[in-house]
Order: sequence, then structure tokens, then C-alpha cells
Amino acid sequence: MNGRLLIANRGEIAVRIVRAAHELGLTSIVVHSEADTESLAVQLADEAVCIGPAQAAKSYLNIDAILTAARDSHADAVHPGYGFLSENAEFARRVEAAGMVFVGPDAGLIERMGNKSEARATAMAAGVPVVPGSPGPVVGIDEATSVAGDVGYPLLIKAAAGGGGRGIRTARNESELREQLPLAQAEARAAFGDDSVYLERYIERARHIEVQILADGERAVHLFERECSLQRRRQKVFEEAPSPALSEQARQQLCESAVALAEHVGYRAAGTLEYLYDDDSGEFFFIEMNTRIQVEHPVTEMITGIDLVREMIRIALGQGLSLQQADIQRRGWAVEMRLNAEDPDKGFFPSPGRVEKLIWPTGPGIRIDSLLYEGYRMPPYYDSMVAKLIVWDETREAALKRAARALDEFCLEGFTTTAGLHRRLLDDPAIQRGDFHTGSLEVWLETQSQALSQAQSQPRSSSVEEAS
Amino acid sequence: MSQHIQQAPFPGVFYRRPSPDADPFVEPGSSVDVNTTIGLLEVMKQFVEVKAEAAGKVQEVRADDEQVLEAGDDILVIDTSGEGA
Repeated sequence: MNGRLLIANRGEIAVRIVRAAHELGLTSIVVHSEADTESLAVQLADEAVCIGPAQAAKSYLNIDAILTAARDSHADAVHPGYGFLSENAEFARRVEAAGMVFVGPDAGLIERMGNKSEARATAMAAGVPVVPGSPGPVVGIDEATSVAGDVGYPLLIKAAAGGGGRGIRTARNESELREQLPLAQAEARAAFGDDSVYLERYIERARHIEVQILADGERAVHLFERECSLQRRRQKVFEEAPSPALSEQARQQLCESAVALAEHVGYRAAGTLEYLYDDDSGEFFFIEMNTRIQVEHPVTEMITGIDLVREMIRIALGQGLSLQQADIQRRGWAVEMRLNAEDPDKGFFPSPGRVEKLIWPTGPGIRIDSLLYEGYRMPPYYDSMVAKLIVWDETREAALKRAARALDEFCLEGFTTTAGLHRRLLDDPAIQRGDFHTGSLEVWLETQSQALSQAQSQPRSSSVEEAS
Repeated sequence: MSQHIQQAPFPGVFYRRPSPDADPFVEPGSSVDVNTTIGLLEVMKQFVEVKAEAAGKVQEVRADDEQVLEAGDDILVIDTSGEGA
């Protein structure tokens, strides 16, 4: 073991992992595409290896090219980041087969938790509640209508191999189910090479709350929850920790169920269990597990003071879990605002460009995880997220005020980002009250755009409450 | 003969087909109207339909399938001399 960590990712998460590697005394090796030779991760890493053309399929998703780079650079371990190959069981298997450590769970677990219907069955076996639905994949329409009779409408038809919000259709009644089922199956086959779909009750006014865990194969601990209900097209926009919705008792039940599931499967890595939480009934339901580090992990780091990326590398290198549950305390409140290179006033159309001027907010409680620097020209081939602005303060109210202060200090010239959208969200009374669910943001955006087109010159005001 | 050279409106990856197995949107000789889809441009994981800017016949397709284009790179040439005939 020479302490050489290869980072098979790009963007802000590659930067994040480089930093953790250096703090652990490891040599960082970043792989990159031809479009990313000027990236911040490449500049900060000890070594960089070009693995192919701009298109992700030919570089960041090219297992052979990454393994060749890992072998040639004598890497001991490979960190996959998020997205790309991070939940690809074949990649994990081949990294290990090549004699290197995969920073994540073993391939068998990635497969098991990556298949939604299997993950669901696993959760049920561990005693974790799941959303009422079909026990496994449904094949024919007769089976589907019979399940629907038990579960009730509205229903979600979900691709078993789906994820990240993709491969989901809704059916509000039997005729919609008859129409949507074959479409969902065809779509699943085309998108994921597997036409298995399953049915789940559609809980319309649910919150998305997830629990962060760390585990070493024998023992698991939780690092409390994150609230990620503010989403657009099932993509998270604004996250916070803890959740404003949970009582201490509910929090404890939720977090303990996550630990139980992780220990039930002998999980060994950092991971996140996602739940739907029904505000009215106080019920929570497991929906899926992400077997990787997540975009929004910094809010957990801010309230616990624990560096998740360093911990997951330590666990992967066989150093075990150093934390006891009692060591993990939370303090204060943290929010994360995803800054995407998109124009919210033009339907979130991507706005790539060159960073002409950049001033980050600084001062107490502010953290920036970003791939940007002045003079950087953003390649148009990848995700539009360019920065995460993370803000901590002692209370939620103070954190939201500090977040507004941070956005007011932020200055970026060269292209449009979603910073302005976040600034408007922070002024919204419903957001300030923590009163929202997974459908709220889209309604809010719709109301905003109508207000914008009706009265271009007049001051706008709207809230989630008015809109819903 | 009058021509319209259509260029990429923004940088991205150009696709000549709606999906990998499908036929190209247009071939040399295809007739296009303003707003006929001639390809897709992928920018930051969003796919945007590229519409013909002039009516006429496609004379030449200059961008390959899956080619990386900069804003202003040529996509195709439309022969507009027959327009209105």
C-alpha cells in the first residue's frame, strides 16, 4: 500500500475527494476527459491522467480506460464519487479483481440495493417500513390491476433498475394503469436494459428525508437525516439538515431503522437511505438506498463536524469505523443551495460559458464546494451544477438569514446560475416555516413564472402556501 | 443558387438521429421547412431540438453524428433557391 488514490470522477466532487486524500496523506490521481484538462480537480491533484474524449461514455463511463489509468499510475484504491460509475457493480468488481480497493460497498451489495424491488424486499426483511406496493416486479396487466386493488390509486410505476428520478410513471386510475404499464415497461427496457417494473402507492404530499450512515461491515452508525424535499423534476435543489419536520422521537425511529437495515446487510461504506415522510400521519417509508457519497453530504458534515469523505476512505482502506453512535452529536442547522449553470427565467436552459469574474461569499459559517475559478471555461458536456453553497448557523432561522447574506455577497459574471432562484426562495414565508413537500417547488416555480409574465415590471410575491 | 448555412446556436454534442437505432432526421436531398427538426444538440445533459432556420432542400450535412460542436460551427447547408417555387 503506497497510499495512492485514483479519483474516477470530475467536477466539484473530484475536488472534494482530492482534498480528503491530501488531508489523509494520500497521493491523489485524477482521471479526466479531453474536455477537462483545465479543470480545478486536475490542477489540485498530485497527478492527472487523460482517459478519453469529452463524451462521458468514452471517458468517465469507460471502465477499461479507467482501469488502465489506475494500473499505469499504480493506484491502490479507486474513489468513484457520485454519478458516473459510482453505483456500477461491474466497475466495483473489476476494480477489486485488479487488486485495488473500491471506495464503496462490495459489488454484490451495489447490485442488491441498486435493484429497487430487491432493495425493497431487503428493507422489509430488516423490519423497515416500505411504501405499500407490489411485493416484486409485476408482469401482466391482470397482476397489476390486482395489486392496484390492494394498494389503491394513485400509483407510481417504477423501473426496477431505475434511479435518480428516472423511469417513473404515474397512474391515477385503472385506465391510466392499462395505458401506462406497457409504456413503462418499454421505457425501462430501452433505458436500463431491463423491463421489470413494480408498483407503489403515490404519496403526493410527502417529504423526502434521508439518513446518512457509515458502516464497516459489522457495525453501522447514523449521522442523522437530511431534508431534500425541494426538488425540480425529481432533482434536488435545496437541502438542509436536520429536517424541520421531525420530532425527536420520529428522528430516532427513522435513524435507527437506517442503522438496522445497514447492519442487516452487513454494509461496509458510506451510504444513504431515502425515505418518504408523511407529515400528516407521521409515517415514514423506505424508498431506496444510495451506495455512494451524495451531492448533499456537506450539510451532514456541517452539523456533525464529521468528514464523511475521509471516513469512507478510511473504512475502505480497512481501518474500520472509529466512531461510536454516542460520539455523533448534532449542533445547529445547515442548508445547501445547488448553483447550476441554468437560467431559471428561461425554463432552466443550460447557460455554459466562461467565468469572467468570481467573488465567493466568505465569513462565518460559509462553505463552498465548487469546480469554478476565474477564467475557467465550462465544458458543455456534463452536469450543470457548478457549485454548492453550504451555510451553517446555530438555528434554522439564523441559517436562512446567513444564506441570504451569502447569496448577496456572491458575484459571478460570465453566465447565469440558479443563485437568484435561491435568493427568492429564502424570502418565501412557507420556506421559512419549513412548510413544503416534494411537489411544492414546482408549484412555486409555476406561480413565479406566471407572475413574471403577467407583471414584468411589478414586484413579485408568491408563496408555496398561496400556490397550493 | 442561394444557400443558408446553419450553424450551432450553442456548444454541445450534435446528434443526427432521434435515437441510436433510428434514421437521421434529415439527409442530403431532404426537404425542410422552417422549424423542421434537423438534429439534437446535447448541452449539459439536456437535449435540445435544432430546427431548420430556412426552407429548402438539404444540400450538405457538415456535422457528423455525435460530433462535438462549438457555437458557430456549421451543421448543414440548405439550398433555398427553390423556395416559394
